[in-house]
Amino acid sequence: MSEMTLNAAVGQALREEMQRDSTVMMFGEGVALSRADLLTEFGADRIRNTPLSEAIIAGTAVGAAASGLRPVIDMLYAPFLTYAMDAIVNSAGKLRYISGGQFAFPLVVLAQTGAGWGVGAQHTHNIEAWFAHSPGLKVVMPSNAADAKGLMKAAIRDNNPVIMLLDMSLGYNPGEVSDDPDYVVPLGRAHVARAGRHVTLVSYAKTTLTCLQAAEALGQEDIDVEVIDLRSIKPLDIGTVLQSVRKTGHLVVVHEAGPLCGVGAEVLAQVNEQAFSQLKSAPARITSPDVPTPSSYALEQAFLPQVAHVVAAVQKQLGRQTVATASVAM
Amino acid sequence: MKSSAAEAVQLLEKMMLIRAYEEHLASLQASGHFPMTCSPQGQEASAVGVVSALDADDTILTNHRSAGHLLARGADPGRVMAEVMGKATGYCKGKSGSLHISAKELGVVLTSTIVGGELSMVTGVALAKKMLAEAGVVVCFFGDGAACEGIFHESLNLASVWQLPILYVCENNQWQAFVRRKETMAVEYIAPWGNSYAMANQTVNGNDVLAVQAATRHAVAHIKATGTPYLLETWTYRQRGHYSGDNMAHISASEQAPWLVLDPIAQCRQQLTADGTLTPALLADIETRVAAEIARASEFAHASPYPAAAELLTDVYA
Repeated sequence: MSEMTLNAAVGQALREEMQRDSTVMMFGEGVALSRADLLTEFGADRIRNTPLSEAIIAGTAVGAAASGLRPVIDMLYAPFLTYAMDAIVNSAGKLRYISGGQFAFPLVVLAQTGAGWGVGAQHTHNIEAWFAHSPGLKVVMPSNAADAKGLMKAAIRDNNPVIMLLDMSLGYNPGEVSDDPDYVVPLGRAHVARAGRHVTLVSYAKTTLTCLQAAEALGQEDIDVEVIDLRSIKPLDIGTVLQSVRKTGHLVVVHEAGPLCGVGAEVLAQVNEQAFSQLKSAPARITSPDVPTPSSYALEQAFLPQVAHVVAAVQKQLGRQTVATASVAM
Repeated sequence: MKSSAAEAVQLLEKMMLIRAYEEHLASLQASGHFPMTCSPQGQEASAVGVVSALDADDTILTNHRSAGHLLARGADPGRVMAEVMGKATGYCKGKSGSLHISAKELGVVLTSTIVGGELSMVTGVALAKKMLAEAGVVVCFFGDGAACEGIFHESLNLASVWQLPILYVCENNQWQAFVRRKETMAVEYIAPWGNSYAMANQTVNGNDVLAVQAATRHAVAHIKATGTPYLLETWTYRQRGHYSGDNMAHISASEQAPWLVLDPIAQCRQQLTADGTLTPALLADIETRVAAEIARASEFAHASPYPAAAELLTDVYA
């Protein structure tokens, strides 16, 4: 094991996979600078700068993936993906099906998102549900360095298009990361980040840390909280969630994306469908409100799910007196 | 018969096969019991001229108006028709329908009906060919409508900067769905847009199959000699509406008349008859073969089964 930041773990995953498989390559705006070490090691054929042309970056990745390469593209910020939606959604997601299985699209789309950096709504927008709603795609969002490395490696090795969204605030978080060159985190498998008996918190990416902090605080009140980090949005590991909810009877889903038709809505729907009789309270969601991500620090903090919101929601479900006074941001 | 004359006759027969296929589909559609299609009628010389100049290791990307490209490449008209009908024997197991037929076994890959979709993917197909040191060029068929998409410009720029072995073929058929090209473009020709990306280019008479073939050979030689892409514009005309349900009421007879005189098949027949290559007996032979081929294809497609319901859930992921 080695300690490194999440960003470094992603870089290590890229390096290991490029060493392992000569068809793995990367391109995007400025990658020759941001991945200068990979450029030095693997050369300008496999680490390529591109014009500021998101649509052709993504389209090129789709064509290359169908033709024997395994491209990773860096799209920089999630909102820039809107320029690339045709290639990702209509081509990468659909052309295997449309063609009757003639093509596969082993490609990885990287983009950053996440409030906290004051860059506003055109650099920060958690759009994971858009891709979850598109057939043929997979979507992952790690919360820590070890998972970032393992998911990145699994995504590169997968024969399908994988969207990997990285929260900017997590990029510099250090963590213990496996040195095993074959360490992968399987796509579609959630992780029980903290075991507990009384209530289930489900989250992914940055708000997993919010949930873990809330669990610590609730532990002071002798409330034993289980925290599930989904890691993959699609495929969605509902089995791990159901197992936990059947044990605790209480569920709160926390994410930074907005509430309407989001991942939380899907998790609640599936839990209601499959474990309704085991629920002891109405499942709840804590999300950002349905507004563009603000850039002002004060508004950003109001936008994000906070520890106090999670604590209050759990206390309400358990019928405890609410200590925290902050209202749930919805 | 000289070999060049024999080859010209083969080109004519291929164009006649495409025309007969389209006319057969139109008759089925008129009966009300056949799916709609986007017909390339009138553009046969562009398809046959380009594809006849390609080698087996060349790759083709096409679009929704693709029947000519597929048949010119040697696709079985029965399997193409079966695909249009959503039958299990089609090139895509009935999962494409007419709009995005790919046939990897023929080197026709990644067909998209999103206008410009093929332009977005061709750079990646060519990049893989180049990096994996595979022989051949990649041909991308699109229309003047797609040339008005932003992705056209992104694609040409990247192909030129990365020196990709791409032959861009813009079939300028004067119509962009239901809008006249003249309404949407400030200039007549698309080929010169290649100059903006330092890309060699040419506009050719797209209704003259031998001229298109010669221009394609020149373009492919340029790509292979220089390692840089080429933009070829075939100047042609869409004789039918945007799709089979289009009644063409918005297209005047005075617009169509001069283009019908320039019909690529009629012109080719006149030329080959005038120089003595095409005798009435030879033409009758061709017509008989083509009619038999279309009859066989139609019989095959109609007799083919639909996919089983379980196919709904397959081929989503690899």
